[in-house]
Amino acid sequence: MRFLNRSAGRLSRYRRGPVAGLLLLLLGLGLTGGLYQAFSPAQAAKSDTQAMQVEKGRKLFLVGCSFCHGQNGQGISTIDGNQLGPSLVGVGAAAVDFQVGTGRMPMAQPGAQAPRKKVVYTQDEIDAMAAYVASLGPGPAVPAAKDYSVEGLTDAERQEAIVRGGQIFLTNCTACHNFDGAGGAMPRGGYAVNLHSVEPRYIYEALLTGPQNMPSFSNGNLSPEEKRDVIAYITSMRETPSYGGFTLGSLGPVAEGLFAWVVGIGGAVGFAVWIAAHSTRSTKKKAEVDA
Amino acid sequence: MSIDTSKVAESNRSSAATAAKPNRAGSVALWADERLGLGTAMKKNLRKVFPDHWSFMLGEIALWSFVVLLLSGVFLTLWFKPSMGEVTYQGSYDALRGIPMSEAFASSLHISFDVRGGLLMRQMHHWAAMLFVASMMVHLLRVYFTGAFRKPRELNWVIGSLLLLLGTLEGFTGYSLPDDLLSGTGIRAADGFMKSIPVVGTYLSFFLFGGEFPGDAIIPRLYIIHVLLIPGLLLGLIAAHMLLLVYHKHTQWPGPGRTEQNVVGYPMLPVYAAKAGGFFFIVFGITAVMGGLLTINPVWKFGPYDPTKVTAGSQPDWYMGWPDGALRIMPGIESHLFGHTIAWNVFLPIIVLPGLMFTILAALPFLESWITGDKREHHLLERPRNAPTRTALMVALMTFYGLLWAAGGNDIIAIKLHASINAITYFMRVAVFVGPLLAFAITRRWCISLQRHDEQKLLHGYETGIIMRSAEGGYSERHLPISESAAYTLTARDDDEVYVPETKVDENGVAAPVGRLDALRGKLSALWFADNVQRPTRDEIEEARHHFEHELEGGHDEHAALESSESVKH
Repeated sequence: MRFLNRSAGRLSRYRRGPVAGLLLLLLGLGLTGGLYQAFSPAQAAKSDTQAMQVEKGRKLFLVGCSFCHGQNGQGISTIDGNQLGPSLVGVGAAAVDFQVGTGRMPMAQPGAQAPRKKVVYTQDEIDAMAAYVASLGPGPAVPAAKDYSVEGLTDAERQEAIVRGGQIFLTNCTACHNFDGAGGAMPRGGYAVNLHSVEPRYIYEALLTGPQNMPSFSNGNLSPEEKRDVIAYITSMRETPSYGGFTLGSLGPVAEGLFAWVVGIGGAVGFAVWIAAHSTRSTKKKAEVDA
Repeated sequence: MSIDTSKVAESNRSSAATAAKPNRAGSVALWADERLGLGTAMKKNLRKVFPDHWSFMLGEIALWSFVVLLLSGVFLTLWFKPSMGEVTYQGSYDALRGIPMSEAFASSLHISFDVRGGLLMRQMHHWAAMLFVASMMVHLLRVYFTGAFRKPRELNWVIGSLLLLLGTLEGFTGYSLPDDLLSGTGIRAADGFMKSIPVVGTYLSFFLFGGEFPGDAIIPRLYIIHVLLIPGLLLGLIAAHMLLLVYHKHTQWPGPGRTEQNVVGYPMLPVYAAKAGGFFFIVFGITAVMGGLLTINPVWKFGPYDPTKVTAGSQPDWYMGWPDGALRIMPGIESHLFGHTIAWNVFLPIIVLPGLMFTILAALPFLESWITGDKREHHLLERPRNAPTRTALMVALMTFYGLLWAAGGNDIIAIKLHASINAITYFMRVAVFVGPLLAFAITRRWCISLQRHDEQKLLHGYETGIIMRSAEGGYSERHLPISESAAYTLTARDDDEVYVPETKVDENGVAAPVGRLDALRGKLSALWFADNVQRPTRDEIEEARHHFEHELEGGHDEHAALESSESVKH
């Protein structure tokens, strides 16, 4: 105790010295940082796994994607100036999650448009590749479930969201995806996909990143709430019953014309044949065969 | 009028005959007859004879769907508001509540969701309209392919063509009324079509819209055209069409007992009244089933019209599809004259082409009678094969129409068949010219082959399917003569007469040159009938018959055995 008292007394002699405040501040900061570092192992582990995830993603990328997108995701140009695969710097994790998560990437073959097909990677692997591509440059992140869900809104708010979303849908989406989201044709074999069964998460990511022929609807263009509203409208259309009966594919007047001719005229002519074949004097017995 | 009939004999037996007491319907008919004289007027028409064939009922589909249109249309007018005044929707359809829209669109939604049976009526009305135009076209094809448009029925053909044109316009004005996104897009397109007409286009557009598009007059104007003007014209023309039918009497297929002077068939009452009346209920039933089960024009999904919006798959109804197809495949050609643009890429496919096609359609009977020089009356129908050029001409026109029709749905074809819309467009640009020519050549040769087949049946009999083996070991198929009535039916047609321009010889014996038009006519006539197979002459048929008899008489035992086995089979 005595010793302690003495040393404290000796220290306190400098307590009004010119550098004491600075030293104390540095000591405090050092202690805080050191303690934080020492007592938060979870954070340390996460930071480790993030690096590991990026590394895992890079390995997967080198095997599955680099052939077209380049070993550093920089894209590869062919000699005549076309792209074998575009640069992925800055496309963000959302683009990877969309393209690989829907099976569009890796592509089976070059063509007008990569179709949705069987997914070949697990979600963990997709997350790893997304992390790697996100590390190449800043880009849109994978949206959280609350971004595209109307959970938590009151019924009235949800209804308002659907009405707003419907108007946004008719303004921005129907020109290619058709009034019911049944899809439409794009130049040279491209197409706007049928939205009837696309998951909200992928719709949101498609809006963010603008895959293939689709323009991207950045947050400055359609705010996150507006994106959510459009998704609310699209999913509400799936839940609404088809008031008029069978939808005939929701393709508009071409399908209607087909049905008018095949079912309507086909049926009416069939009945005309039936009526003409039955008269007061017609019998079941077939008339003599006169070839 | 009451005569005491109690003393009149009831039969040729001993007791007297008395008239049975009239039943209730009879007494009503008698009451009406005594006051209106209906019996005399109806006596002839109720016994009017119509020939029986399924293809003669195709026009009836059009007639009955028109009746369905009148009935369902009247229902719709009770709620529809033809106004472009802006209101805020407050009806039952959730996804549009609170959206500003025209009264026309709001009332369409009201009919669809808040009027009992309204959506069914809307859909029935629309399906019936599709059937109306479609059945007119099917009827038109039947009339053309069987030669029923020939003298004296040319004017009825023209009336029918007018009905088709008016039906199409009636359809367009009708599906433009709800003022939804699709119909508004259609009106906007129509505005562009009008404006493509050189010089007068913009004036026409301003006249129709009462100013710049869209204005606030177009829906009320289309409405009065749709519910009063065109239906009135349609009714009048349908009446004229049917009066002429009664006056000309119905055509019939040739056959034993059927001549140019008679009509063989069943009387109006009771047979045709029942058949036609029943057919009305069938057509009504078909439209009701379609209206109840198949969505047509779901306006609530399109939303109110707004010039800033458009939807993929924006097509007109099917009967406007072929000019739309022409528009889609037309290359973008424009000229600029004194600061004005002439949009040939719009004007040619959508204004000139339909006008030209309609003129050709209405002129077909006159064109044919001019080429063939046939001015005789025809009440017996011709089989399509016996007029190969006529048949081929219509098939070529149908091919042209069909290809343009398909081009009108190029985007739907592209997504459903995974094709490139550009490739479809390039293909169609060539196909609309090559396709009809190919179709013409193929159909014509096909018809001539069928004629040859008929000739073979007449002269060599029909193939029995019985294979005979001769003593030498060779195989042959046995042919038997066709029946008398079948032979009569096959030969009941006119010989083709090629028109030969008359050459006038003046007093010096010098032939005057044939006029250029007349020479063309002669050439066309020769081409028209070229390679046709004429029916066999009497001598040829006699010879064939003699040949058959000889074969049957001189037949070996096997022949007789085969024949008897065949008769057993029958």
